Amino acid sequence: MRTYFLKRVLHAIPLLFVLSVVLFLVVRSAPGGPLAQAERNPNITAEQRQQLRERLGLDQPLYKQYLDWLGAVLQGDLGRSIKSNRPVAEVIGERIPNTLLLVGVAFVLTIAIAIPLGAISALRQYSWFDYLVTTLSFAGQSMPVYWLGLVAILIFYVWLDNPFTGGPLLPAGGMYTLGAPRTLADLIWHMILPVGVLCATWVAWYSRFFRASMLETLNADYVRTATAKGLPRGRVIYGHAGRNAVIPLVTMIALDLPSVFAGTLFVETIFSWPGMGRLFWEAARGRDYPVLMAIIMINAVLIVLANLIADMLYARLDPRVRYE
Amino acid sequence: MSELTVSQALTRPGRRTMEAAPLRVLIWRRFLRHRLAVVAMAVLGLVIASAVFAPLSRYTPTQQNPTNALQPPSPQHWFGTDDLGRDVFTRTLYGGRISLAVGLSATLLSLLIGVVVGMVAGYFGGVVDNVLMRITDGFLTLPTLFVLILIATLLREIPALGLVSGVIIVILVIAVLSWMWPARIVRGEFLRLKQRDFVTAAESIGAGHGRIMARHILPNTVSLIIVQGTLMVAYAIITESGLSYLGFGVQPPTPSWGNLLATAQTYALRAPWLMIFPGLMIFLTSMAINYIGDGLRDAFDPYSAR
Repeated sequence: MRTYFLKRVLHAIPLLFVLSVVLFLVVRSAPGGPLAQAERNPNITAEQRQQLRERLGLDQPLYKQYLDWLGAVLQGDLGRSIKSNRPVAEVIGERIPNTLLLVGVAFVLTIAIAIPLGAISALRQYSWFDYLVTTLSFAGQSMPVYWLGLVAILIFYVWLDNPFTGGPLLPAGGMYTLGAPRTLADLIWHMILPVGVLCATWVAWYSRFFRASMLETLNADYVRTATAKGLPRGRVIYGHAGRNAVIPLVTMIALDLPSVFAGTLFVETIFSWPGMGRLFWEAARGRDYPVLMAIIMINAVLIVLANLIADMLYARLDPRVRYE
Repeated sequence: MSELTVSQALTRPGRRTMEAAPLRVLIWRRFLRHRLAVVAMAVLGLVIASAVFAPLSRYTPTQQNPTNALQPPSPQHWFGTDDLGRDVFTRTLYGGRISLAVGLSATLLSLLIGVVVGMVAGYFGGVVDNVLMRITDGFLTLPTLFVLILIATLLREIPALGLVSGVIIVILVIAVLSWMWPARIVRGEFLRLKQRDFVTAAESIGAGHGRIMARHILPNTVSLIIVQGTLMVAYAIITESGLSYLGFGVQPPTPSWGNLLATAQTYALRAPWLMIFPGLMIFLTSMAINYIGDGLRDAFDPYSAR
């Protein structure tokens, strides 16, 4: 099994390599590349520009530039942001914890809601509860996440008022109230809408998926055996059907990571949440290519890693899985 | 597949003979039994009709009337007016034209790429399959939306492309970043079906690879492709609207459901109707398409309970 994962890692490397080459070329060819600021500035003479080119290594052949860049990236130097002229790693580093907080909380809540919903739906297939969950899940899947966010702002910020203060019931965006002390309560208050919107869409997908997964295990032979040998229904459901139904969820979550990132991009943009998604949106508007590229690269590495971890977990959780 | 009749199967001696029906009629009948899917079909028909007949509206989508800006819904302006006094109902209908067209064309293009890749990979196997599937896996590990935005941003910089106002760019990027799912499905089917006797039979009478792939195996995967394609239309519509909402898709003044919502956010306080209607259209359309996909899946599945 170790050789299998070694092989997987070795497969992932050329993939990330090709992606990095493409992204490197993108950044170099993009108008607004590394020299854009210097070129627009009339106070910089042609000579200084040439010096700058040499210092940035832009006079070198392209492959050499790429290797230098790659060497720097591998040492954690992702270049400089065109907009703020700060190191990209620093700009992104500030935002990552905020995104992790948002995604983490939303994710734990999603799992905590989706698994029971899916399980009950599966246990009472074709009951009114099942139809309700199915309909809501279809609705959640069909609703663009940003529209849900807009409607949520409309309802909880514009229409509903806080009965005690007379202000809006929930804030429309940001992480903390401006000018107020940064308290945990304030943070939670600001998290309700973005987390709620992310959860609503994720629960729609995951509950549906878990329902299907659970239906499959409920009809499996080992569940019939467990029932036949007289185990209490609760133990059959939790210990046998439920536990096995969770396994495919692991793969699902890993494969789903690109859409998780997409969800945070929308939610962070709408709710002005200072995370990576919003940073990406700002960078795209300002054509800050080094930042764009770094975020894509980070996300791609995360997705590759997540897939790898999911496969390893899969082998741990399901002893029948053998990798060669 | 369409020539297949089930008259023999349904005719039994001593019983009333059922009319022989081609398979597609049987599938259609089974589809009609899925009530929600039929309702969804009607809703989608209405949405499409509204987009097609948009020019019948009293207003044009770009006709401005600043003295009449941000009016709430009224008998004159069913969905109200926007910040420039344009009729939101008309703009929503015209937006539907763009959104539906992008959804359909992106899906067709994506299916075209995906089916060809999946077909070749599954049929030839070996090294070809390995290489093609590595590429497919590579695309699957991309943070799709982020790459979409990067490409859209870059392509916008090319002045010669300015005329197409982003519509074609959006179609291309959605297709290029979504063909992997149909490719995987079609490959799986081809791997399975190429072992069948009818393929051996076709080979033995001297049919070439192209003919076997296109005439013998492909028709057997059509049902899966249709279901997958249906669901992808909804995905493409939502993606387009998302891109346009963020400002990287179809550019104003050309209305699309997504960019209508982008302006709506600015006026959330004063004119909430601006965000309600375009969003509802996206929601209704995508919900209808999902139900139709569900109905088609059941209808194509000979073992389905319905």
